[in-house]
Amino acid sequence: MSSEFVRGLKCRLCGKLYPKEALNFCTEDFGPLEVDYDYEAIGRSLSREAVERRHRTMWRYKELLPIDGEPTVGLQVGCTPLVKATRLAEALGVRELYIKNDAVNYPTLSFKDRVVAVALSKAVELGFDTVGCASTGNLAGSVAANAAAAGLEAYVLIPDDLEQGKVLGATIYGAKVVAISGNYDKVNRLCSQIAFRFGWGFVNVNLRPFYAEGSKSMGFEIAEDLGWRAPDHVVAPMAGGSLIGKLYKAFKELEGLGWIDPVRTRMFGAQATGCNPITNTIKTDAPRVKPVRDPRTIAKSLAIGDPADGFFASKLMKETGGWGEDVDDEAIVDAMKLLAETEGIWAETAGGVTLAVTKKLIEQGKIDRDGTTVVCITGNGLKTQEAVIDRIARPPVINPTLAEFETLIGTSAPAEAELAPAGA
Amino acid sequence: MAKVSIPTPLRPNTGGQATVEAAGSTVGEVLADLVRLHPDLQKRLFAGEGQLHQYVNVYLNDEDIRFMDELKTPVKETDEVGIIPAIAGG
Repeated sequence: MSSEFVRGLKCRLCGKLYPKEALNFCTEDFGPLEVDYDYEAIGRSLSREAVERRHRTMWRYKELLPIDGEPTVGLQVGCTPLVKATRLAEALGVRELYIKNDAVNYPTLSFKDRVVAVALSKAVELGFDTVGCASTGNLAGSVAANAAAAGLEAYVLIPDDLEQGKVLGATIYGAKVVAISGNYDKVNRLCSQIAFRFGWGFVNVNLRPFYAEGSKSMGFEIAEDLGWRAPDHVVAPMAGGSLIGKLYKAFKELEGLGWIDPVRTRMFGAQATGCNPITNTIKTDAPRVKPVRDPRTIAKSLAIGDPADGFFASKLMKETGGWGEDVDDEAIVDAMKLLAETEGIWAETAGGVTLAVTKKLIEQGKIDRDGTTVVCITGNGLKTQEAVIDRIARPPVINPTLAEFETLIGTSAPAEAELAPAGA
Repeated sequence: MAKVSIPTPLRPNTGGQATVEAAGSTVGEVLADLVRLHPDLQKRLFAGEGQLHQYVNVYLNDEDIRFMDELKTPVKETDEVGIIPAIAGG
């Protein structure tokens, strides 16, 4: 593998070309930069069969990810389960439903390990020894852990009201964690200033074009695990609005290589009603995304009021015949419980958002009950325990007697029954 | 005169200056004066007449002008105007 597959960076607005450098926006018009690949060269050197023979990690698709050499960070990331969710499908009244479960991604239990693996491998290639991020939580832990393993110094900036599990889950790795008074958008703005002032590699600022491509691996895996086909519907959570676009881009790249049939996937985006700048754009058919000044939702990982890719996300949903919806905090917790009780998967609040929106879209008739639907779960419920702790019943406490247990469950064991131990 | 802070990638257009003093009673007037002083910034910041590029965020002190009166937001002598690229985060 070599640099021949990545030509450089390209502005999504004006098309201006840039070399492979740590820059996230076009100096002509501030438009977003995107990695520019030579797909013909990739097609000549890579096949589906070659991919299938490789280790089950995200790097089985390395030619379609923007690093020049072999990856050096996050070598075990990706290839999370695609769970056929039969019981959940029945509960929602649809024929075929899958959960792409990045709640068990390695090493930090969220999809962010994918983007960080790419961004930090790129940071090493570009010669950075200090990296950083602006995070709503999952990214903080992922940058901290992966930087620790790679021997990079890490500065992690977070809003000051994050869940304890996410703060601890960054600090434990020895990263320099700084909490900023204010919401994520304020953190983000400060990081933009720090990245260029100090010349550090901020994964979602100056390394963002490379970083964002890491999310494509989730799309590649979905298509491969469905037997090399793109699903009819994908529901993805939206914070900055990048993931949903990269999932679709992944399908289109596989189509371009001739590995899957023409993509007809409809893309659906999910937000919390307390922070819905992107779904609001699509629902009101607005020409621009109106930022939300003061996000208020238990889905803190999605609380980005001014989403960088909001415009592209809303355009994509419309163009693919999809849609965007948002749900309130109560619906979020209900959906977290539904996923846990039907499939044994404990998602974080963002997963509750995604599933609650899926349910709403099915009820609205926007998602076809006969199609194949993939719901993207991007983070783990262990990290957002505060959100549900008061909504879940406490276990009853009894004395260690059979009588009390029988009273509790409202039945008594059959008399004289010599029950064989289970499994005997 | 309000102070305008220039992001690193635009400093080649301001002769390397990180802050530029510009006059005006609204954010729009201050930016117009900035462009008068450094004409190369015109197409960097504006898509058309009085229309900022979609991915240029402008702040007055610590507040996004989209939450105030956009380019008509009043500016005092002691205020700071910040220009920040919007493509970050998430």
